[in-house]
Parts: sequence; C-alpha cells; structure tokens
Amino acid sequence: MLKPVDLLMVGVGGQGTILASRVLAMAAQEAGYDIKVSEIHGMAQRGGSVVTQVRMGEKVYSPLVTESGADVVLAFEKLEGLRFLPFLKPGGIMIVNNHEIPPVPVLIGAAEYPPDILERVRTISPNTFVVDAFDIALKCGNPKAANIVLLGVLARNLPIEREIWEKALSARVPPKFLEVNRSAFAAGYEYK
Amino acid sequence: MKELLSGNAAIARGAFESGVTVAAAYPGTPSTEILELFSSYPGIYAEWAPNEKVAMEVGIGASIAGARTLVAMKHVGVNVAADPLLTFAYTGVNGGVVLVSADDPGMHSSQNEQDNRYYAKFAKIPLLEPGDSQEAKDMIGIALDISEQFDTPVMLRTTTRVSHSQGFVEIGGPKSIAIRPYVKDAKKYLMVPAFARMRRALLEERLAKLKEYSEKSPLNAIEWRGRAIGIITSGISYQYVRESLPGASVLKLGLTNPLPEKLIRQFAGGVQKLIVVEELEPFVEDQVRSLGITVSGKDLLPDTGELNVQVIAGKFAEAGLLSPSEKAPVKADGLVTAAIPGRPPVLCPGCPHRGLFFALRKLKLIATGDIGCYTLSGLPPLEAMDSCICMGASIGTAHGFGKADPELGGRTVAVIGDSTFLHSGITGLLNMVYNKGAGTVVILDNSTTAMTGHQHHPGTGSTLMGEQAQAVDFEALVRALGVKRVRVIDPLDLGEITKALQEEVAAREPSVIICRRPCILLKRATADDVILVQTEKCRGCKACLRLGCPAISMKGKLAHVDPDACTGCGLCVQVCRDGALVKGGSANA
Ligand SMILES: Cc1ncc(C[n+]2csc(CCOP(=O)(O)OP(=O)(O)O)c2C)c(N)n1
Repeated sequence: MLKPVDLLMVGVGGQGTILASRVLAMAAQEAGYDIKVSEIHGMAQRGGSVVTQVRMGEKVYSPLVTESGADVVLAFEKLEGLRFLPFLKPGGIMIVNNHEIPPVPVLIGAAEYPPDILERVRTISPNTFVVDAFDIALKCGNPKAANIVLLGVLARNLPIEREIWEKALSARVPPKFLEVNRSAFAAGYEYK
Repeated sequence: MKELLSGNAAIARGAFESGVTVAAAYPGTPSTEILELFSSYPGIYAEWAPNEKVAMEVGIGASIAGARTLVAMKHVGVNVAADPLLTFAYTGVNGGVVLVSADDPGMHSSQNEQDNRYYAKFAKIPLLEPGDSQEAKDMIGIALDISEQFDTPVMLRTTTRVSHSQGFVEIGGPKSIAIRPYVKDAKKYLMVPAFARMRRALLEERLAKLKEYSEKSPLNAIEWRGRAIGIITSGISYQYVRESLPGASVLKLGLTNPLPEKLIRQFAGGVQKLIVVEELEPFVEDQVRSLGITVSGKDLLPDTGELNVQVIAGKFAEAGLLSPSEKAPVKADGLVTAAIPGRPPVLCPGCPHRGLFFALRKLKLIATGDIGCYTLSGLPPLEAMDSCICMGASIGTAHGFGKADPELGGRTVAVIGDSTFLHSGITGLLNMVYNKGAGTVVILDNSTTAMTGHQHHPGTGSTLMGEQAQAVDFEALVRALGVKRVRVIDPLDLGEITKALQEEVAAREPSVIICRRPCILLKRATADDVILVQTEKCRGCKACLRLGCPAISMKGKLAHVDPDACTGCGLCVQVCRDGALVKGGSANA
C-alpha cells in the first residue's frame, strides 16, 4: 500500500516549477503511484502566482489538493509560501526558498512585502525548512538549478527511493545541465 | 504504455489515434494546447483560423469533404461559432466531427463562466463530458464514431481542471480511416427553407435514436454503493464526488445530451435521496426534475464557480447528509492572512503595450478596450482602460459612445490587439466608417497572439504547421475599409504616441493608429542597454513607478531598476523629469 501524498508547488512564473513537477511526476510513476498534476497557467509569464498541485496515491480521483490537505508545501518564493500556507495539513512539511520577488503592489508602494514571513510560517508550521536555494545552486555551478535544490529537499521528505529520483532527474534534465542538476539535487537531498 | 498527459494533450492524442486528419481552432485558454499539440503529429493538417466561426466552417467543409475533423475553442469561442454550428446540426456530417468546448468555471482566464452544455441542447447535438485525461482521449474516439453513426456534429465539453490536469493515459496506435467520398446532396447540405424543413424533422428523429443510444451507452453507468444517497454527476464533478462521498451510489454520466431517461428513473428508484452534483448551471438537475423526479442539487451546492471535494463535503455536512469533516483547519489564520499583498499578472518589463496606456491615462482619454495582454492595463497603476466585454468589442463600443454623445466620443479611443482586430475588429471598423463615426482606433500590433502563449495569426507571416505565409498588410486593410487617416508609430516613443493620440482624437473622421513593435517575449532583449539610476539626480518623485513596470521599484527613497528584469525599453527614461534614468547599464553589472 503506497502512502498517499498531496503537495503544492507554489511560486512565480519563470521559477522552474514546471521542470520540478515533471521530475516529481516521473519519480512517482516509477515508484508505482497513480498521480494527478494540476496546473493553472496561462498568466504565468505575466508575473502572476503559479501553483502546481500534485496528488499521489493508489488511486487518485480529484486533481485538487484541499485546504489543510497538503502533506508538503514547496514554496519557490517566500510570499507565495505564506499565501498557500492554509493548504498545509496540521503537522505537514513546509519547504521555503529564502527568496523574495516583490509583486507589483509592493513595487509601486501600494502594499508592503511582509517582513516577518519566516516567523509567521514557523509559528504555524514547526516543520519548516528554509533553504537558501540560490546560494546552494551557485555553489553547485549554476544559480538556475535552485529549483532542483528545492526538489532535492522535497525528495528527502517523500516516500520514494533516492535512486528513483536520480533516474527521473537524468531522464528529464537535458544532458548539458545534468551534472549541475545532479549536484544541486544532492545538495538539497542532504540539506539539514 | 502509460503516459502522464493533460486533458488537452489527451484530446490531441485521441484525435490522432482516431484518424482525424483536419483540425482548426482559434486559441483561447483553457483550449489552446489542443491544436498546438495535435499539429505535431505526422500525417495531419491543423490550422489557426482568424476566429472560431471560421474554424467551425473549415471543420464543416473538411467533414463534408469526407475527413474526420476536430474543431477546438474556449467556451466563449462557441458564441462566435454558434451561427454555423446550429445549422450544421441540421445538415449533419460526412466525416465525423467533434467540437471541443473548453469551459472555464471560476474564470481562471476568462471574462465569463457560461455553461456551454446548453449549446449542445440548443443545437440538439450529442454532448460528452470527460472527467480526466484517459476519458478525454477515449471520448474523442467515441465522439467521432457517434458523429458518423448518427450523422451529427458532437460536442465534447471539458473544463479547466480537465484540460489542465495531467493523469495517466494508455497510449495506442493511430487508426487509419479512409476519407469518405463526397457525394453532392443539396437536400442535405444546402440549407434553404424547403430543405431545412426536411432536415429539421430528421433532427428530431436523430435525437430520439440518440436517446436510445444514451440509455445503453457504457458512457452512462450506475455504480451501486450505499442506497441512502444517490448522486448523478458528470465530468470533473465525478472525481470530487468519489472522494467526498465514497459511500454513495453514483450515476456517472459521460453522455449528457440527450440524457438517458430510463436509466435516470431506474437510479432514482434505487436510492433514498437523489442529488445532482454538477458545476455551474443546473443543466442535468432541471431535466431530471422535469421528468417528475424529486431531486436536489443547487439547493445544496453553489451554482457559481468551481466545485471541489471541500465544497461538496462542507455543503453535504451542513445539510446533515454527512458527518462534518474531521480535518481541522490550520489555526492562527489571522497570522497567515494578515496583509498578504496580491500578485496580479502585469505587463512584462519591456512590453510594447505599456507606453500607449501611460499616454492614454495622461491625456485623460476614455479607452474602450478589448481582450489580450493589453487588458492588464486596466489594473493599477496604469488604470487606463474603461471597458472590456468580448473580443472585437472595442470598436463598436467606441462608435456607440460617439453616437450617444459626440463630446464623449471625441475623448474616446478604441484599443485592440492585432490578433483581436483580425478576429472580429474589422467589421466594427467597417461600421464606424460606413456610419460616419469619428472614432480613433489603436491597433496594438505586437506580431503575435501574446496572451494565450504566442500563437501565429494572419498578420504574423507563419502558420501553425510552421510554414511561411502571406502576412496581412494592416495599413492597406484599414485603408480599404475607408479609413483615410492611418499612421504607424513606435509604441516606445511616448512623444510620438501622445502627438498621434491628440491629433487623431481631434480629427472629425475615423482614424487608425497602428502601434508596431514585437512582443518582448518573442525576442528576449540582450539587455546591454538596461537602465541605470543616477542616484545623485533622483529626487524620489516616483513618476517612473506609474508605468507599472515590474523592473522598477523604490530602494529607500530612490528609484531602483532591477538589471536582470530590465530590457532597456527606455520608457522610464522618457518619464523621468530629472534625467536620473539613463541607458547604458548591463545585466549583472
Ligand atoms: C471569442 C474568444 N476567443 C478567444 C479568447 C481568448 N483570447 C483572449 S485575448 C486573445 C488574443 C489576444 O491577442 P492580441 O489581440 O494580439 O493581444 P496580445 O495578447 O498579443 O496583446 C485570445 C485568443 C477570448 N477571450 N474570446
């Protein structure tokens, strides 16, 4: 019996959530899961929030994660992490990229970027990983691999073997970028 | 072999496997990927038509000529295609035809959430509603078989959650289906009153036969579980029902027009309480009730927006039909929701649309709008668009302003994108010229259909099949409609835009301003020319912020330009009164 897992990947258009969700979907398939992946896109390139919902289990019906239903919320951006926090299950795991992308209301001075996001997230979810994914990816050779660092942290927290993840990564990442992405994944996987 | 496919990818795959050789569409979320993906299969032909009516007509022609045909559009596209569709229902087909209507409950990317199932009933054609990717693929094949067996176009209706969710799909090989011979048959295809009356009678006969089919089709099936509650459902709602009410008996309807009356009666007779769970309108529910069956539905569940597991479980619990869900909501809600700024979509840095709207606002002009990326200019801080109804509406609306009140009309500008102008703006402009309007029309020619993800159109010089094509000459086109005042400007030049707007609005005859510059996403700027802030000159007046450019913000009291986001378009340089913004930086400098 496979343990069902619901998760959200949230961020801002262009942050590489799509590649991360493809690798995840492949790993889940390889591990024998039924899976549904739901994306609302279209406006993604225009700087709006993007959400990918992933549900895995023996048999998945609804493609949507319910509020208070996510085992994991993986936030590629802090504010988006806060926004989707109500989807986290009590006791669920929150993974937050320590990265700010101010939205236009903040840029034009109509709103403030909340200064206390990490405290708020930690208060509500004790199981929070704050990851400096860009710095880690930079050390691995390319800051663009930050999405794979985050995927590595996620992978560590899901019931799928590491070898399966690595296989999926090789299949989904162009060979040219594989080395960097492998070390980014490993750095994420071993992140404490 | 199983592959993880979105509903749209599954539809494209299904069309390929079922021998579709001709497909036509106009882009529109959530339908767009269907044709994009279908066009990559071998041995087929696919095209972007300038609008949905033309796409439908191309489909009709391909079908009469004998090919299996796919036509796809978003829900509001069916409004545009409704005229040919409703009479195509009379003529019927030769090669099978499936019309995909991709509805958008919740309006993720649409101006309304109309329930297009009524179109199938209105046109008296069969309606299929897949609930996941596998069904989407399978139902395309079934739709084409039904189409040919019953001599009718078939509508397949998806919703955003079906079109854009991925699930596993069993991949098969393509069926090779011979093109059927074309036989001239005026009584079937020439819909003059005498022949149309004959076809009208056949339409009812066909519907009666389809009803029999609907009773026996495996698409409509009862799943007996507990008998206390019986749910009738279709499409994505089935998935939500299976999770929120796992113990309930379900009549799952895949073919929802015409409905299987006997099957519904049998199901109703076998359960204590009958409830229809469907998104948007009570399409099935009203019909069940009209059979004299006691049924619940919209008295429990919302008739706007999307359903989901939570909504269904919550409403059933409220009605005492379910024990309240045990899931505790995350506490400290106040802490989460306090002051979370929204993240609305915005015009990109370097977007060629931005300057026009800045100028319109500055000149306090009324802008009747249209649909495309440029509609984002209606939101803060630009707030430069007054109306947006449907594609093509801007020009007729502006003309109406002028006829109701010439003074208002004299301050009104119609703003329309290039794809939208070719979709349904041409006739509006023709009308303005013919009926002696004096409006000003701005065509935003960014060489693409940007909003839906950069599809080609008759103005771009390329086709969906990747071939070069004749690109329409916008200047010659509008002149041919009778517009004498036509000018082309660079929308990154604020001075030129302002001058053009002032002169053309003052002119007492129709005029067209074409703003020409490709979408910034088509050709990523090298950004050697990113804008630098000369901090000693910046007084922190925030004039540059009014452009709503995501690359510009305030750092402390001074303007700041993000070198990684800036494309060097230079609009902010023109807006700055203190000469504090200059070209000449470089990314990551
Ligand atoms: C009848 C109809 N069909 C399709 C759509 C989806 N849609 C909205 S805007 C648009 C085209 C936008 O292209 P364009 O006018 O060139 O403006 P751009 O986005 O490039 O600025 C489309 C296809 C719609 N809203 N209504």
